[in-house]
Amino acid sequence: MNRILATASSEFRIALRNRWVAIALVLMAVFSLVLSLAGSAPSGGLGVDRLSVVVASLTSLSVYLIPLLALLMSFDAIAGEVERGTLPLLLTYPVARGEVLLGKLTAHLGILALAVLAGHGLAAGLAYSLDETSIEGLPALWRLSWTSVLLGATFLGAGYAVSAVARRPSGAAGLAVGLWLGLVVLYDLGLLAAVVADNGGWFTTRAFPVALLANPADAFRLFNLSASQATAAAAGVGGAAGVIPAWQSLLSVLLWPLAALAVAGLAFRKVIP
Amino acid sequence: MTPTLTISQLTKSFQGVSALSDVTLSVAPGERVALLGHNGAGKSTMMKIILGLIPATSGQMTVCGAAPGSPQARRQVAYLPENVAFHPALTGQEQLHHYLALRGESRKLALPLLERVGLHDAARRRIGTYSKGMRQRVGLAQALIGQPRLLVLDEPTSGLDPVSRRDFYTLLDGLAAEGASILLSSHALTEVEARTDRILILSSGRLVATGSLADLRRRADLPVTLHVTARNGYANQIAANLPGAIEVAGALHLECTQAQKLEMLGRIASLGDRVADLEVLPPSLEDIYSHFSKRDGQ
Repeated sequence: MNRILATASSEFRIALRNRWVAIALVLMAVFSLVLSLAGSAPSGGLGVDRLSVVVASLTSLSVYLIPLLALLMSFDAIAGEVERGTLPLLLTYPVARGEVLLGKLTAHLGILALAVLAGHGLAAGLAYSLDETSIEGLPALWRLSWTSVLLGATFLGAGYAVSAVARRPSGAAGLAVGLWLGLVVLYDLGLLAAVVADNGGWFTTRAFPVALLANPADAFRLFNLSASQATAAAAGVGGAAGVIPAWQSLLSVLLWPLAALAVAGLAFRKVIP
Repeated sequence: MTPTLTISQLTKSFQGVSALSDVTLSVAPGERVALLGHNGAGKSTMMKIILGLIPATSGQMTVCGAAPGSPQARRQVAYLPENVAFHPALTGQEQLHHYLALRGESRKLALPLLERVGLHDAARRRIGTYSKGMRQRVGLAQALIGQPRLLVLDEPTSGLDPVSRRDFYTLLDGLAAEGASILLSSHALTEVEARTDRILILSSGRLVATGSLADLRRRADLPVTLHVTARNGYANQIAANLPGAIEVAGALHLECTQAQKLEMLGRIASLGDRVADLEVLPPSLEDIYSHFSKRDGQ
Protein backbone atom coordinates (compact mmCIF):
# COMPACT_ATOMS: atom_id res chain seq x y z
CA MET A 1 0.00 0.00 0.00
CA ASN A 2 2.83 2.37 0.91
CA ARG A 3 4.51 1.58 -2.37
CA ILE A 4 1.32 2.42 -4.29
CA LEU A 5 0.95 5.69 -2.40
CA ALA A 6 4.61 6.61 -2.94
CA THR A 7 4.24 6.00 -6.67
CA ALA A 8 1.01 7.99 -6.72
CA SER A 9 2.58 10.93 -4.91
CA SER A 10 5.54 11.06 -7.32
CA GLU A 11 3.22 10.77 -10.31
CA PHE A 12 0.95 13.50 -8.99
CA ARG A 13 3.92 15.79 -8.50
CA ILE A 14 5.12 15.09 -12.02
CA ALA A 15 1.66 15.81 -13.45
CA LEU A 16 1.55 19.02 -11.45
CA ARG A 17 4.91 20.16 -12.84
CA ASN A 18 3.99 19.08 -16.38
CA ARG A 19 0.88 21.28 -16.05
CA TRP A 20 -1.45 18.31 -16.58
CA VAL A 21 -3.35 19.12 -13.42
CA ALA A 22 -3.86 22.70 -14.55
CA ILE A 23 -4.80 21.69 -18.09
CA ALA A 24 -7.38 19.14 -16.93
CA LEU A 25 -8.91 21.50 -14.38
CA VAL A 26 -9.12 24.47 -16.73
CA LEU A 27 -10.47 22.38 -19.59
CA MET A 28 -13.26 20.87 -17.53
CA ALA A 29 -14.10 24.18 -15.86
CA VAL A 30 -14.25 26.14 -19.10
CA PHE A 31 -16.34 23.57 -20.94
CA SER A 32 -18.73 23.18 -18.01
CA LEU A 33 -19.20 26.94 -17.79
CA VAL A 34 -19.77 27.33 -21.51
CA LEU A 35 -22.32 24.51 -21.55
CA SER A 36 -24.06 25.86 -18.47
CA LEU A 37 -24.48 29.23 -20.10
CA ALA A 38 -25.24 28.12 -23.66
CA GLY A 39 -26.98 24.81 -23.10
CA SER A 40 -29.77 26.03 -20.87
CA ALA A 41 -31.82 27.87 -23.48
CA PRO A 42 -34.47 25.16 -24.02
CA SER A 43 -35.14 24.59 -20.34
CA GLY A 44 -38.38 26.53 -20.28
CA GLY A 45 -39.90 24.54 -23.13
CA LEU A 46 -39.13 21.15 -21.59
CA GLY A 47 -40.44 21.90 -18.18
CA VAL A 48 -37.41 20.47 -16.40
CA ASP A 49 -34.97 22.25 -14.16
CA ARG A 50 -31.98 24.03 -15.58
CA LEU A 51 -29.35 21.70 -14.10
CA SER A 52 -30.89 18.54 -15.61
CA VAL A 53 -30.57 20.08 -19.05
CA VAL A 54 -26.98 21.07 -18.34
CA VAL A 55 -26.30 17.50 -17.22
CA ALA A 56 -27.55 16.20 -20.57
CA SER A 57 -25.16 18.59 -22.37
CA LEU A 58 -22.32 17.72 -20.02
CA THR A 59 -22.90 14.02 -20.67
CA SER A 60 -22.44 14.51 -24.40
CA LEU A 61 -19.31 16.55 -23.77
CA SER A 62 -17.84 14.12 -21.23
CA VAL A 63 -18.13 11.23 -23.66
CA TYR A 64 -15.50 12.98 -25.79
CA LEU A 65 -13.49 14.94 -23.26
CA ILE A 66 -12.96 12.43 -20.42
CA PRO A 67 -11.53 9.66 -22.64
CA LEU A 68 -9.31 12.24 -24.36
CA LEU A 69 -7.94 13.60 -21.09
CA ALA A 70 -7.43 10.10 -19.71
CA LEU A 71 -5.57 8.89 -22.79
CA LEU A 72 -3.41 12.03 -22.87
CA MET A 73 -2.38 11.49 -19.27
CA SER A 74 -1.72 7.78 -19.60
CA PHE A 75 -0.13 7.13 -22.99
CA ASP A 76 3.31 8.12 -21.66
CA ALA A 77 3.05 6.15 -18.42
CA ILE A 78 5.05 3.09 -19.44
CA ALA A 79 6.48 4.05 -22.84
CA GLY A 80 7.93 7.20 -21.26
CA GLU A 81 9.67 5.19 -18.54
CA VAL A 82 11.07 2.87 -21.20
CA GLU A 83 12.31 5.79 -23.32
CA ARG A 84 13.87 7.69 -20.41
CA GLY A 85 15.49 4.48 -19.22
CA THR A 86 13.95 4.70 -15.76
CA LEU A 87 12.05 1.40 -16.00
CA PRO A 88 14.92 -1.10 -15.45
CA LEU A 89 15.95 0.57 -12.19
CA LEU A 90 12.35 0.81 -10.99
CA LEU A 91 11.76 -2.88 -11.64
CA THR A 92 14.77 -3.92 -9.56
CA TYR A 93 13.03 -2.40 -6.54
CA PRO A 94 10.85 -4.65 -4.40
CA VAL A 95 7.69 -3.34 -6.05
CA ALA A 96 5.31 -5.40 -8.18
CA ARG A 97 4.38 -4.19 -11.64
CA GLY A 98 0.75 -4.14 -10.56
CA GLU A 99 1.65 -1.78 -7.74
CA VAL A 100 3.42 0.57 -10.16
CA LEU A 101 0.34 0.59 -12.36
CA LEU A 102 -2.04 1.13 -9.44
CA GLY A 103 0.12 3.99 -8.16
CA LYS A 104 0.01 5.74 -11.51
CA LEU A 105 -3.73 5.09 -11.75
CA THR A 106 -4.33 6.58 -8.31
CA ALA A 107 -2.55 9.80 -9.27
CA HIS A 108 -4.10 10.14 -12.72
CA LEU A 109 -7.58 9.22 -11.55
CA GLY A 110 -7.23 11.71 -8.71
CA ILE A 111 -6.41 14.47 -11.15
CA LEU A 112 -9.35 13.50 -13.35
CA ALA A 113 -11.66 13.43 -10.35
CA LEU A 114 -10.46 16.90 -9.33
CA ALA A 115 -11.15 18.20 -12.83
CA VAL A 116 -14.62 16.63 -12.87
CA LEU A 117 -15.35 18.04 -9.44
CA ALA A 118 -14.26 21.52 -10.49
CA GLY A 119 -16.27 21.45 -13.72
CA HIS A 120 -19.41 19.96 -12.24
CA GLY A 121 -19.19 22.13 -9.16
CA LEU A 122 -19.09 25.24 -11.31
CA ALA A 123 -21.99 23.99 -13.42
CA ALA A 124 -24.10 23.24 -10.35
CA GLY A 125 -23.29 26.56 -8.72
CA LEU A 126 -24.15 28.52 -11.83
CA ALA A 127 -27.39 26.60 -12.47
CA TYR A 128 -28.50 27.05 -8.88
CA SER A 129 -27.79 30.77 -8.91
CA LEU A 130 -29.97 31.16 -12.01
CA ASP A 131 -32.72 28.70 -11.13
CA GLU A 132 -33.40 27.46 -7.61
CA THR A 133 -35.27 24.35 -8.78
CA SER A 134 -31.92 23.12 -10.11
CA ILE A 135 -31.58 21.21 -6.85
CA GLU A 136 -33.71 18.51 -8.51
CA GLY A 137 -30.94 17.95 -11.02
CA LEU A 138 -28.27 17.25 -8.40
CA PRO A 139 -28.72 13.44 -8.34
CA ALA A 140 -28.25 13.36 -12.12
CA LEU A 141 -25.12 15.53 -11.79
CA TRP A 142 -23.72 13.31 -9.05
CA ARG A 143 -24.35 10.23 -11.21
CA LEU A 144 -22.58 11.94 -14.08
CA SER A 145 -19.64 12.75 -11.79
CA TRP A 146 -18.92 9.26 -10.55
CA THR A 147 -19.56 7.62 -13.89
CA SER A 148 -17.18 10.17 -15.44
CA VAL A 149 -14.47 9.03 -13.04
CA LEU A 150 -15.18 5.39 -13.94
CA LEU A 151 -15.08 6.25 -17.64
CA GLY A 152 -11.77 7.97 -16.97
CA ALA A 153 -10.46 4.84 -15.23
CA THR A 154 -11.41 2.75 -18.26
CA PHE A 155 -9.52 4.99 -20.64
CA LEU A 156 -6.57 5.38 -18.27
CA GLY A 157 -6.33 1.59 -18.26
CA ALA A 158 -6.61 1.54 -22.05
CA GLY A 159 -3.89 4.23 -22.21
CA TYR A 160 -1.55 2.18 -20.01
CA ALA A 161 -2.17 -0.88 -22.16
CA VAL A 162 -1.42 1.10 -25.32
CA SER A 163 1.68 2.54 -23.63
CA ALA A 164 2.96 -0.91 -22.69
CA VAL A 165 2.28 -2.35 -26.13
CA ALA A 166 3.87 0.54 -28.08
CA ARG A 167 6.96 0.90 -25.83
CA ARG A 168 7.78 4.25 -27.45
CA PRO A 169 5.92 7.46 -26.53
CA SER A 170 5.44 8.49 -30.17
CA GLY A 171 3.93 5.13 -31.04
CA ALA A 172 1.82 5.15 -27.90
CA ALA A 173 0.50 8.65 -28.72
CA GLY A 174 -0.53 7.48 -32.19
CA LEU A 175 -2.28 4.42 -30.82
CA ALA A 176 -4.02 6.49 -28.15
CA VAL A 177 -5.39 8.94 -30.70
CA GLY A 178 -6.48 6.00 -32.85
CA LEU A 179 -8.20 4.39 -29.89
CA TRP A 180 -10.02 7.59 -29.05
CA LEU A 181 -11.17 8.15 -32.62
CA GLY A 182 -12.23 4.54 -32.96
CA LEU A 183 -14.13 4.10 -29.73
CA VAL A 184 -15.58 7.56 -29.31
CA VAL A 185 -16.16 8.90 -32.80
CA LEU A 186 -16.04 6.24 -35.52
CA TYR A 187 -17.79 3.52 -33.48
CA ASP A 188 -20.96 5.61 -33.21
CA LEU A 189 -20.82 6.64 -36.85
CA GLY A 190 -20.46 3.02 -37.87
CA LEU A 191 -23.39 1.97 -35.71
CA LEU A 192 -25.49 4.78 -37.06
CA ALA A 193 -24.71 3.81 -40.65
CA ALA A 194 -25.52 0.17 -39.89
CA VAL A 195 -28.82 1.09 -38.26
CA VAL A 196 -29.82 3.23 -41.22
CA ALA A 197 -28.86 0.50 -43.71
CA ASP A 198 -30.58 -2.20 -41.66
CA ASN A 199 -33.85 -0.28 -41.57
CA GLY A 200 -35.36 -1.78 -38.44
CA GLY A 201 -34.24 -5.38 -38.98
CA TRP A 202 -32.27 -7.86 -36.83
CA PHE A 203 -29.28 -5.54 -36.36
CA THR A 204 -31.33 -2.69 -34.96
CA THR A 205 -33.31 -4.79 -32.53
CA ARG A 206 -30.71 -7.33 -31.41
CA ALA A 207 -27.12 -6.36 -32.22
CA PHE A 208 -27.38 -2.61 -31.76
CA PRO A 209 -28.10 -2.61 -27.99
CA VAL A 210 -25.29 -5.10 -27.39
CA ALA A 211 -22.92 -3.02 -29.51
CA LEU A 212 -23.78 0.04 -27.44
CA LEU A 213 -23.15 -1.79 -24.18
CA ALA A 214 -19.86 -3.17 -25.46
CA ASN A 215 -18.41 0.31 -25.88
CA PRO A 216 -17.49 1.99 -22.57
CA ALA A 217 -18.22 5.48 -23.89
CA ASP A 218 -21.66 4.50 -25.23
CA ALA A 219 -22.53 2.62 -22.06
CA PHE A 220 -21.60 5.73 -20.06
CA ARG A 221 -23.84 7.90 -22.20
CA LEU A 222 -26.70 5.39 -22.10
CA PHE A 223 -26.59 5.05 -18.34
CA ASN A 224 -26.58 8.77 -17.75
CA LEU A 225 -29.29 9.52 -20.27
CA SER A 226 -31.57 6.63 -19.34
CA ALA A 227 -31.52 7.76 -15.74
CA SER A 228 -31.84 11.42 -16.57
CA GLN A 229 -35.10 13.32 -16.78
CA ALA A 230 -33.81 15.08 -19.82
CA THR A 231 -33.59 12.15 -22.20
CA ALA A 232 -35.78 14.05 -24.58
CA ALA A 233 -33.14 16.74 -24.82
CA ALA A 234 -30.60 14.28 -26.11
CA ALA A 235 -30.51 13.28 -29.72
CA GLY A 236 -28.95 10.53 -31.80
CA VAL A 237 -27.67 7.39 -30.14
CA GLY A 238 -29.09 8.61 -26.87
CA GLY A 239 -32.52 7.75 -28.20
CA ALA A 240 -31.69 4.11 -27.60
CA ALA A 241 -31.50 4.83 -23.90
CA GLY A 242 -35.16 4.00 -23.54
CA VAL A 243 -34.91 0.42 -24.76
CA ILE A 244 -31.88 -0.74 -22.77
CA PRO A 245 -32.44 -1.24 -19.03
CA ALA A 246 -30.33 0.96 -16.84
CA TRP A 247 -28.79 -1.96 -14.92
CA GLN A 248 -27.21 -3.27 -18.10
CA SER A 249 -25.49 -0.02 -18.94
CA LEU A 250 -24.51 0.35 -15.27
CA LEU A 251 -22.90 -3.08 -15.35
CA SER A 252 -20.93 -2.09 -18.44
CA VAL A 253 -19.84 1.16 -16.79
CA LEU A 254 -18.68 -0.77 -13.71
CA LEU A 255 -16.96 -3.65 -15.50
CA TRP A 256 -15.04 -1.72 -18.13
CA PRO A 257 -12.52 -0.11 -15.76
CA LEU A 258 -11.65 -3.54 -14.35
CA ALA A 259 -11.32 -5.06 -17.80
CA ALA A 260 -9.16 -2.20 -19.09
CA LEU A 261 -6.86 -2.37 -16.07
CA ALA A 262 -6.54 -6.13 -16.39
CA VAL A 263 -5.50 -5.72 -20.03
CA ALA A 264 -3.03 -3.00 -19.00
CA GLY A 265 -1.59 -5.29 -16.32
CA LEU A 266 -1.13 -8.12 -18.82
CA ALA A 267 0.47 -5.81 -21.38
CA PHE A 268 2.82 -4.33 -18.76
CA ARG A 269 3.87 -7.81 -17.64
CA LYS A 270 5.08 -8.51 -21.17
CA VAL A 271 7.37 -5.46 -21.25
CA ILE A 272 11.02 -6.52 -20.98
CA PRO A 273 13.07 -3.61 -19.64
CA MET B 1 30.18 -18.18 4.50
CA THR B 2 27.52 -18.78 1.88
CA PRO B 3 28.15 -16.82 -1.29
CA THR B 4 25.92 -13.83 -1.97
CA LEU B 5 25.75 -14.69 -5.63
CA THR B 6 26.27 -18.00 -7.37
CA ILE B 7 25.96 -18.56 -11.07
CA SER B 8 26.54 -21.86 -12.78
CA GLN B 9 26.59 -22.58 -16.49
CA LEU B 10 24.59 -19.49 -17.30
CA THR B 11 23.69 -19.17 -20.96
CA LYS B 12 21.67 -16.47 -22.65
CA SER B 13 20.84 -16.10 -26.30
CA PHE B 14 18.73 -13.52 -28.06
CA GLN B 15 16.90 -15.02 -31.05
CA GLY B 16 19.63 -17.60 -31.56
CA VAL B 17 22.49 -15.10 -31.11
CA SER B 18 24.52 -16.10 -28.10
CA ALA B 19 25.10 -13.28 -25.59
CA LEU B 20 26.46 -15.32 -22.69
CA SER B 21 27.70 -18.88 -22.76
CA ASP B 22 28.51 -21.18 -19.89
CA VAL B 23 29.34 -18.53 -17.30
CA THR B 24 30.08 -19.90 -13.82
CA LEU B 25 31.07 -17.74 -10.89
CA SER B 26 30.35 -16.94 -7.28
CA VAL B 27 30.74 -13.81 -5.20
CA ALA B 28 31.36 -14.00 -1.45
CA PRO B 29 30.06 -11.49 1.12
CA GLY B 30 32.32 -8.46 1.32
CA GLU B 31 33.99 -9.27 -1.99
CA ARG B 32 34.51 -6.60 -4.62
CA VAL B 33 34.43 -8.06 -8.11
CA ALA B 34 35.05 -6.17 -11.32
CA LEU B 35 33.50 -7.34 -14.55
CA LEU B 36 35.50 -6.19 -17.56
CA GLY B 37 34.76 -6.48 -21.23
CA HIS B 38 34.29 -4.61 -24.48
CA ASN B 39 30.99 -3.10 -25.51
CA GLY B 40 28.75 -6.03 -26.30
CA ALA B 41 30.82 -8.54 -24.34
CA GLY B 42 27.75 -9.38 -22.24
CA LYS B 43 28.39 -7.36 -19.07
CA SER B 44 25.04 -5.56 -19.00
CA THR B 45 23.17 -8.69 -20.09
CA MET B 46 24.70 -10.63 -17.22
CA MET B 47 23.76 -7.90 -14.75
CA LYS B 48 20.19 -7.78 -16.01
CA ILE B 49 19.88 -11.54 -15.56
CA ILE B 50 21.25 -11.30 -12.02
CA LEU B 51 18.68 -8.59 -11.31
CA GLY B 52 15.89 -10.69 -12.78
CA LEU B 53 15.06 -8.10 -15.44
CA ILE B 54 15.52 -10.63 -18.23
CA PRO B 55 15.34 -14.42 -17.97
CA ALA B 56 18.33 -16.66 -18.60
CA THR B 57 18.13 -19.21 -21.41
CA SER B 58 19.66 -21.89 -19.20
CA GLY B 59 21.77 -22.30 -16.10
CA GLN B 60 21.27 -22.00 -12.34
CA MET B 61 21.58 -18.92 -10.21
CA THR B 62 20.91 -17.85 -6.64
CA VAL B 63 20.96 -14.23 -5.52
CA CYS B 64 21.10 -13.78 -1.73
CA GLY B 65 19.73 -17.30 -1.41
CA ALA B 66 16.73 -16.66 -3.65
CA ALA B 67 15.82 -16.74 -7.32
CA PRO B 68 16.90 -13.65 -9.30
CA GLY B 69 14.09 -11.08 -9.49
CA SER B 70 12.11 -12.66 -6.64
CA PRO B 71 10.82 -10.20 -4.03
CA GLN B 72 13.27 -11.66 -1.51
CA ALA B 73 16.22 -11.09 -3.84
CA ARG B 74 15.05 -7.63 -4.87
CA ARG B 75 14.87 -6.50 -1.25
CA GLN B 76 18.58 -7.24 -0.83
CA VAL B 77 20.00 -6.18 -4.17
CA ALA B 78 20.74 -2.62 -5.27
CA TYR B 79 21.35 -1.63 -8.87
CA LEU B 80 22.98 1.30 -10.57
CA PRO B 81 22.27 1.15 -14.30
CA GLU B 82 24.59 2.39 -16.98
CA ASN B 83 23.56 5.97 -17.87
CA VAL B 84 21.17 6.11 -14.96
CA ALA B 85 18.09 8.27 -15.62
CA PHE B 86 15.37 9.81 -13.50
CA HIS B 87 12.28 11.84 -14.18
CA PRO B 88 13.55 15.37 -14.93
CA ALA B 89 10.58 17.03 -13.21
CA LEU B 90 11.39 15.66 -9.76
CA THR B 91 14.05 17.03 -7.43
CA GLY B 92 16.84 14.79 -6.18
CA GLN B 93 15.25 14.71 -2.77
CA GLU B 94 11.79 13.80 -4.10
CA GLN B 95 13.24 11.05 -6.24
CA LEU B 96 14.97 9.57 -3.20
CA HIS B 97 11.76 9.87 -1.16
CA HIS B 98 10.12 7.70 -3.76
CA TYR B 99 12.86 5.08 -3.76
CA LEU B 100 13.06 5.06 0.04
CA ALA B 101 9.31 4.43 0.25
CA LEU B 102 9.56 1.57 -2.26
CA ARG B 103 12.13 -0.09 0.02
CA GLY B 104 10.06 0.65 3.12
CA GLU B 105 12.60 3.09 4.57
CA SER B 106 12.02 6.45 6.20
CA ARG B 107 11.83 9.58 4.05
CA LYS B 108 14.16 11.32 6.48
CA LEU B 109 17.09 9.34 5.08
CA ALA B 110 16.98 11.20 1.75
CA LEU B 111 19.09 14.17 2.79
CA PRO B 112 21.77 12.16 4.63
CA LEU B 113 22.05 9.92 1.56
CA LEU B 114 22.43 12.88 -0.77
CA GLU B 115 24.98 14.34 1.60
CA ARG B 116 26.93 11.11 1.49
CA VAL B 117 27.35 11.42 -2.28
CA GLY B 118 28.04 15.16 -2.15
CA LEU B 119 24.70 16.37 -3.50
CA HIS B 120 23.31 18.08 -0.43
CA ASP B 121 23.23 21.53 -2.00
CA ALA B 122 21.37 20.36 -5.09
CA ALA B 123 18.80 18.25 -3.21
CA ARG B 124 15.96 20.70 -3.88
CA ARG B 125 16.76 21.31 -7.53
CA ARG B 126 15.07 19.38 -10.32
CA ILE B 127 17.04 16.48 -11.73
CA GLY B 128 16.47 17.98 -15.19
CA THR B 129 19.01 20.66 -14.27
CA TYR B 130 21.65 18.17 -13.06
CA SER B 131 24.86 17.33 -14.93
CA LYS B 132 25.62 13.74 -15.88
CA GLY B 133 27.95 13.37 -12.93
CA MET B 134 25.26 14.62 -10.55
CA ARG B 135 22.70 12.19 -11.94
CA GLN B 136 25.25 9.44 -11.46
CA ARG B 137 25.52 10.47 -7.80
CA VAL B 138 21.75 10.31 -7.37
CA GLY B 139 21.99 6.83 -8.87
CA LEU B 140 24.66 5.94 -6.35
CA ALA B 141 22.64 7.40 -3.47
CA GLN B 142 19.63 5.24 -4.36
CA ALA B 143 21.87 2.16 -4.53
CA LEU B 144 22.90 2.77 -0.90
CA ILE B 145 19.32 2.60 0.42
CA GLY B 146 18.64 -0.06 3.02
CA GLN B 147 22.00 -1.83 3.47
CA PRO B 148 21.89 -4.02 0.35
CA ARG B 149 23.77 -7.31 0.48
CA LEU B 150 24.65 -7.19 -3.20
CA LEU B 151 25.34 -4.06 -5.24
CA VAL B 152 25.24 -4.43 -9.00
CA LEU B 153 26.86 -1.37 -10.54
CA ASP B 154 26.98 -0.99 -14.32
CA GLU B 155 29.86 1.34 -15.20
CA PRO B 156 29.35 3.32 -12.02
CA THR B 157 32.14 5.83 -12.53
CA SER B 158 31.30 6.96 -16.06
CA GLY B 159 30.78 10.70 -15.98
CA LEU B 160 32.59 11.16 -12.66
CA ASP B 161 35.72 13.27 -12.38
CA PRO B 162 38.88 11.69 -10.89
CA VAL B 163 38.25 13.09 -7.39
CA SER B 164 34.64 11.86 -7.34
CA ARG B 165 35.87 8.52 -8.61
CA ARG B 166 38.22 8.18 -5.67
CA ASP B 167 35.44 9.17 -3.25
CA PHE B 168 33.20 6.62 -4.92
CA TYR B 169 35.66 3.78 -4.45
CA THR B 170 36.24 4.81 -0.84
CA LEU B 171 32.49 4.53 -0.34
CA LEU B 172 32.54 1.05 -1.87
CA ASP B 173 35.39 0.00 0.40
CA GLY B 174 33.26 0.97 3.38
CA LEU B 175 30.28 -1.01 2.08
CA ALA B 176 32.42 -4.06 1.38
CA ALA B 177 33.91 -3.84 4.87
CA GLU B 178 30.36 -4.04 6.23
CA GLY B 179 29.85 -7.27 4.30
CA ALA B 180 28.16 -6.13 1.09
CA SER B 181 29.20 -7.89 -2.10
CA ILE B 182 29.94 -5.61 -5.02
CA LEU B 183 29.81 -6.51 -8.68
CA LEU B 184 30.78 -3.62 -10.91
CA SER B 185 31.51 -3.39 -14.58
CA SER B 186 34.03 -1.24 -16.34
CA HIS B 187 35.73 -0.79 -19.68
CA ALA B 188 39.12 -0.12 -18.21
CA LEU B 189 41.36 -2.24 -16.08
CA THR B 190 43.34 0.82 -14.97
CA GLU B 191 40.32 2.08 -13.13
CA VAL B 192 39.48 -0.98 -11.07
CA GLU B 193 43.09 -1.81 -10.22
CA ALA B 194 43.64 -1.92 -6.46
CA ARG B 195 39.97 -1.20 -5.79
CA THR B 196 38.68 -4.71 -6.36
CA ASP B 197 39.50 -8.14 -4.98
CA ARG B 198 38.86 -10.06 -8.14
CA ILE B 199 38.64 -9.33 -11.82
CA LEU B 200 36.47 -11.18 -14.33
CA ILE B 201 37.06 -10.63 -18.02
CA LEU B 202 34.17 -11.32 -20.38
CA SER B 203 34.77 -11.65 -24.08
CA SER B 204 31.97 -12.44 -26.54
CA GLY B 205 29.85 -13.79 -23.71
CA ARG B 206 32.51 -16.09 -22.28
CA LEU B 207 34.37 -15.71 -19.04
CA VAL B 208 37.94 -15.75 -20.36
CA ALA B 209 39.81 -14.88 -17.19
CA THR B 210 39.19 -14.59 -13.49
CA GLY B 211 41.53 -13.79 -10.63
CA SER B 212 43.31 -10.98 -8.84
CA LEU B 213 45.33 -8.52 -10.86
CA ALA B 214 48.56 -10.31 -9.83
CA ASP B 215 47.10 -13.65 -10.99
CA LEU B 216 46.12 -12.20 -14.34
CA ARG B 217 49.51 -10.58 -14.76
CA ARG B 218 51.27 -13.87 -14.09
CA ARG B 219 48.99 -15.87 -16.33
CA ALA B 220 49.19 -13.47 -19.24
CA ASP B 221 53.01 -13.70 -19.06
CA LEU B 222 53.45 -10.69 -21.29
CA PRO B 223 56.98 -9.52 -22.08
CA VAL B 224 58.68 -6.85 -19.99
CA THR B 225 60.07 -3.88 -21.87
CA LEU B 226 63.46 -2.40 -20.95
CA HIS B 227 64.59 1.04 -22.03
CA VAL B 228 68.35 1.49 -21.88
CA THR B 229 69.93 4.91 -22.41
CA ALA B 230 73.65 4.75 -23.31
CA ARG B 231 76.28 7.27 -22.29
CA ASN B 232 77.53 9.31 -25.22
CA GLY B 233 79.37 7.21 -27.75
CA TYR B 234 78.65 3.83 -26.23
CA ALA B 235 75.38 3.16 -27.98
CA ASN B 236 76.77 0.80 -30.60
CA GLN B 237 78.79 -1.12 -28.08
CA ILE B 238 75.76 -1.64 -25.88
CA ALA B 239 73.57 -2.62 -28.82
CA ALA B 240 76.10 -5.28 -29.72
CA ASN B 241 75.85 -6.72 -26.20
CA LEU B 242 72.07 -6.75 -26.17
CA PRO B 243 70.74 -8.71 -29.15
CA GLY B 244 67.29 -7.77 -30.26
CA ALA B 245 67.50 -4.18 -29.03
CA ILE B 246 65.99 -1.51 -31.24
CA GLU B 247 67.06 2.09 -31.10
CA VAL B 248 64.15 4.46 -30.57
CA ALA B 249 64.76 8.20 -30.10
CA GLY B 250 68.25 7.79 -28.64
CA ALA B 251 67.36 4.93 -26.31
CA LEU B 252 67.57 1.18 -26.82
CA HIS B 253 64.29 -0.69 -26.40
CA LEU B 254 64.25 -4.42 -25.79
CA GLU B 255 61.72 -6.99 -24.60
CA CYS B 256 62.12 -10.14 -22.57
CA THR B 257 59.84 -12.61 -20.77
CA GLN B 258 59.24 -12.38 -17.02
CA ALA B 259 61.54 -15.36 -16.49
CA GLN B 260 64.41 -13.73 -18.37
CA LYS B 261 64.02 -10.40 -16.67
CA LEU B 262 66.64 -10.81 -13.93
CA GLU B 263 69.21 -12.31 -16.27
CA MET B 264 68.71 -9.41 -18.66
CA LEU B 265 69.07 -6.88 -15.85
CA GLY B 266 72.32 -8.59 -14.79
CA ARG B 267 73.66 -8.35 -18.30
CA ILE B 268 72.83 -4.63 -18.47
CA ALA B 269 74.38 -4.02 -15.05
CA SER B 270 77.59 -5.69 -16.21
CA LEU B 271 77.95 -2.98 -18.83
CA GLY B 272 78.85 -0.69 -15.96
CA ASP B 273 78.96 3.06 -16.44
CA ARG B 274 78.46 2.83 -20.18
CA VAL B 275 74.75 2.81 -19.26
CA ALA B 276 73.40 6.22 -18.34
CA ASP B 277 69.89 5.14 -17.39
CA LEU B 278 67.65 2.06 -17.26
CA GLU B 279 63.86 1.85 -17.16
CA VAL B 280 61.92 -1.37 -16.58
CA LEU B 281 58.35 -1.24 -17.87
CA PRO B 282 56.07 -4.10 -16.78
CA PRO B 283 53.18 -4.88 -19.15
CA SER B 284 50.54 -2.22 -18.71
CA LEU B 285 47.09 -3.04 -17.42
CA GLU B 286 45.69 -2.29 -20.84
CA ASP B 287 48.09 -4.83 -22.37
CA ILE B 288 46.95 -7.51 -19.93
CA TYR B 289 43.30 -6.70 -20.58
CA SER B 290 43.77 -6.79 -24.35
CA HIS B 291 45.64 -10.08 -24.03
CA PHE B 292 42.65 -11.77 -22.39
CA SER B 293 39.80 -10.05 -24.13
CA LYS B 294 41.24 -10.61 -27.60
CA ARG B 295 42.06 -14.25 -27.14
CA ASP B 296 38.96 -15.39 -28.94
CA GLY B 297 40.32 -14.10 -32.21
CA GLN B 298 38.74 -10.67 -32.08
